[in-house]
Amino acid sequence: MKEYQTITEISGPLVYAEVDEAIGYDEIVEIETAQGDTLRGQVLESSEGLVAIQVFEGTSGIDQNASVRFLGETMKMPVTEDLLGRVLDGSGRPIDGGPEIVPDERQDIVGAAINPYSREYPEEFIETGVSAIDGMNTLVRGQKLPIFSSSGQPHSELAMQIARQASVPEEEESGDGEGSEFAVIFGAMGITQEEANEFMQDFERTGALERSVVFMNLADDPAVERTVTPRMVLTTAEYLAFEKDYHVLVILTDMTNYCEALREIGAAREEVPGRRGYPGYMYTDLAQLYERAGRIEGREGSVTQIPILTMPGDDDTHPIPDLTGYITEGQIYVDPDLNSQGLQPPVNVLPSLSRLMDDGIGEGLTREDHGDVSDQMYAAYAEGEDLRDLVNIVGREALSERDNKYLDFADAFETEFVDQGFDQNRDLEETLEIGWDLLSMLPKEELNRVDEEFIETYYREDDSERKIVEAAD
Amino acid sequence: MSKAESTETTDNGVIQSVSGPVVSARDLDARMNDVVYVGDEGLMGEVIEIEGNVTTIQVYEETSGVGPGEPVENTGEPLSVDLGPGMLDAIYDGVQRPLDVLEGKMDSPYLDRGVDAPGIDLEEEWGFEPTVDEGDEVGRGDVVGVVEETVTIDHKVMVPPDALEADETAEVVAIESGSFDVTETVAELSNGVEVTMRQEWPVREARPTVEKRTPRQPLVSGQRILDGLFPIAKGGTAAIPGPFGSGKTVTQHQLAKYADADIIVYVGCGERGNEMTEVIEDFPELEDPANGNPLMARTSLIANTSNMPVAARESCIYTGITIAEYYRDMGYDVALMADSTSRWAEAMREISSRLEEMPGEEGYPAYLAARLAQFYERAGYFENINGTEGSVSAIGAVSPPGGDFSEPVTQNTLRIVKTFWALDADLAERRHFPSINWNESYSLYKDQLDPWFQEEVAEDWPDKRQWAVDVLDEETELQEIVQLVGKDALPEDQQLTLEVARYLREAYLQQNAFHPVDTYCPPEKTYLMLTTIETFNDEAFAALEAGVPVEEIIDIDAAPKINRIGVQEDYEEYVADLKAEITEELRSLY
Repeated sequence: MKEYQTITEISGPLVYAEVDEAIGYDEIVEIETAQGDTLRGQVLESSEGLVAIQVFEGTSGIDQNASVRFLGETMKMPVTEDLLGRVLDGSGRPIDGGPEIVPDERQDIVGAAINPYSREYPEEFIETGVSAIDGMNTLVRGQKLPIFSSSGQPHSELAMQIARQASVPEEEESGDGEGSEFAVIFGAMGITQEEANEFMQDFERTGALERSVVFMNLADDPAVERTVTPRMVLTTAEYLAFEKDYHVLVILTDMTNYCEALREIGAAREEVPGRRGYPGYMYTDLAQLYERAGRIEGREGSVTQIPILTMPGDDDTHPIPDLTGYITEGQIYVDPDLNSQGLQPPVNVLPSLSRLMDDGIGEGLTREDHGDVSDQMYAAYAEGEDLRDLVNIVGREALSERDNKYLDFADAFETEFVDQGFDQNRDLEETLEIGWDLLSMLPKEELNRVDEEFIETYYREDDSERKIVEAAD
Repeated sequence: MSKAESTETTDNGVIQSVSGPVVSARDLDARMNDVVYVGDEGLMGEVIEIEGNVTTIQVYEETSGVGPGEPVENTGEPLSVDLGPGMLDAIYDGVQRPLDVLEGKMDSPYLDRGVDAPGIDLEEEWGFEPTVDEGDEVGRGDVVGVVEETVTIDHKVMVPPDALEADETAEVVAIESGSFDVTETVAELSNGVEVTMRQEWPVREARPTVEKRTPRQPLVSGQRILDGLFPIAKGGTAAIPGPFGSGKTVTQHQLAKYADADIIVYVGCGERGNEMTEVIEDFPELEDPANGNPLMARTSLIANTSNMPVAARESCIYTGITIAEYYRDMGYDVALMADSTSRWAEAMREISSRLEEMPGEEGYPAYLAARLAQFYERAGYFENINGTEGSVSAIGAVSPPGGDFSEPVTQNTLRIVKTFWALDADLAERRHFPSINWNESYSLYKDQLDPWFQEEVAEDWPDKRQWAVDVLDEETELQEIVQLVGKDALPEDQQLTLEVARYLREAYLQQNAFHPVDTYCPPEKTYLMLTTIETFNDEAFAALEAGVPVEEIIDIDAAPKINRIGVQEDYEEYVADLKAEITEELRSLY
């Protein structure tokens, strides 16, 4: 390994150095400053005689006398089952004061693409205990389902609730309750110390930490490091899932900070920017993260991803949510209006979607009427929402009896179905029964998306048959 | 193009610099679009720029760890696909490497680098049956024999288009039936050409034809809103733009499953891995509505998911259309689905920006419009060089950022395609699927396809369609008023129109892709459904005229049954009964 003292230019997070040997693209670099600090970086561009290096910890303290060492390999993550229960920094070094990590293997953090032919289609229902998700936007093992939120919203509470409650019901019945729990890998990118503390306290309070791995890149940690953190997280997840048979739930927060870091590097390299200054390859870059969710044929485990992103200006056409939505298998919207009404969780189901829902629900998987109930509630809630605008203009009295029923439905849907509290864990049966209690507020003939057979079985002919929701007045 | 079977490399160069998928090399003797092997691992790439002594290459695989000084080998040939039996029921990446074979070769569920495999199996033997005799004269493109490729499709073995000049013919001097692999000669011609079952063709070049004709047959999809309102022709082009979550992929899948084409080429370009897995798992089990065989028997899949190398995403569209053209040459009707062309355009943008080209609109290269046009122009209804007729229909999904149709990819696509199926996030939110917006969508093939529908389905097909469109238009106008004053403030006849339009939307335009019966709706059923709603309309207005209050008309028991026509298997009987019931019930009111 050669050392160079040939830095020619330092600009933002980038360092350019002259070399006299071939340096591979993406190779890892160590830079030792005059003060004796060792900083790590990665080769971004390699040409004969000159390389561009992106320094994870930031370039402050580097001068032209700093020495540069090329390690001759791309970035690796040391992986082992013993990582469970550990807290690491954004570059994968332990910060919990525990023992050194003795890796079983060191894996390249730029994961290779999973061969689509080797994938197994995800269709195992995950019960999150959250009605708005289980009932309306069902999550399945191996799915990537982001939470679209904005600043100041309780997306972390929702993510923690899911992490706490998520289980796969069938396995509980078959007796090996242990196997149905998820290993949670938590990747924090640029979140504040306070947010991080909340997560950590929740993990410790519920004892979830022992089945978790936590990666912390905090708001005051170097931004460039954020481009590595999710890759470390996902490499660990893949190892635990596909080699150690765990079902892994990955929570990444906040993807917006990750994308900002990408933009920063792009700008420093003077690249031609795409929309709103984000690099043109952001779609590909994000896809390389999100597509690492899934199941593989012949392997036990699975990687399920719940990335969280805060939409700047609550605008889902912003490049970050927009590109994310095109890659992920649906999205869950956290809505500021519903939040200010006090709904917990404030999930707006209308724009939310789970693309893998249809294959994960129904007879033999969840319950036969699940799909119909969900469709009907969507349609009815959408109609009630529309009518609310009209009420503002003409008043409730001017509307027909039918319209009034839809308005009542929409209100009850929010207060009874969605607003369950962050601490309540509802099983699917309960969620669907609430659904039927609510649908029975509408006349039978209006339920045109539900099979007649199910109406026969579940429709409450009068209020006394309601199972869960008390009839109003 | 496969290394396993490729020509010798000619001249070597040396890597000068590496930046993501773009590598530049010096001292490489190459022409534009030549395929090269880059670095010690032999990663496949293509020459995209030559400047003096420096050649720029886009690499179809991950370039981590590749450095300056490593060698670059030139094959001297443009990026080509292997054409021959074995392409159906196969799944390829963007440069026609079979993914199932790669899985075995790499012994890993992950895609490794530098591993190659031929596009068609070179060792598999096929039973060849000659269709010409020794002594017959054949021209270029002529069929000399057939091979049963799958239960559904007979693969026709043709004289390669470049084996003879346009009007030249040659005598067949030797031909026999038997079992051959694709590299063995099955026929010898008098000019020395040896015909094998395998051809190679450069992907960026259209295969020759005699002429393009006006398409007059619909590509029947079994989707009511498409067949009924916005049909596409065999040999036509269509775009499906829509924001995420609006149902592009489901619509594409429905077309791939139920369109009445002979061959389906499905290109998953920069999309989700699980979606391709769904196709791989579902299609072998689904039945071809035309003959009951497995759907995979007529399908070729190309999967370049979003996390696979970006340069191969650029090429996958060309790989797909070249395969489609090859089957067209046999006289088949081929439908190509590209999901999504936006990802393809973005791949061009990414490469272009790495080349530091001057960007056009929104950073896309200035040649975006030209490339899109070139692609869609390879679709059409053709007279082939062997005298048969065949078609390639191209249906491209577009993923506009933020769902804004004014962006360059959507706009440049709309200038070329003749069918536009606009997906609508609003409709999707209220679970109106397929969420194709009936006000914005259009089909310019309507008039030329009407004679077919009149002949095959019903003489008044165009009139019924126009009636439905008129009612829906009127509803849109009325809804604006309803938003202001409420429905009850409208006159009774307009309230009734709204009710009729509601049935059009809920029963006719909506279709449940996940219901075993409703998922495929033959044109006859589409037609009968429309006439049922029209019966309700006519009888209801007659009742209104006779003084029956609108609430009573709307409230009849028979009307909601219209919504159930879609799920009826015995729809003819159901519709006849329902029409009678509606008429009877409404007439009993006055």
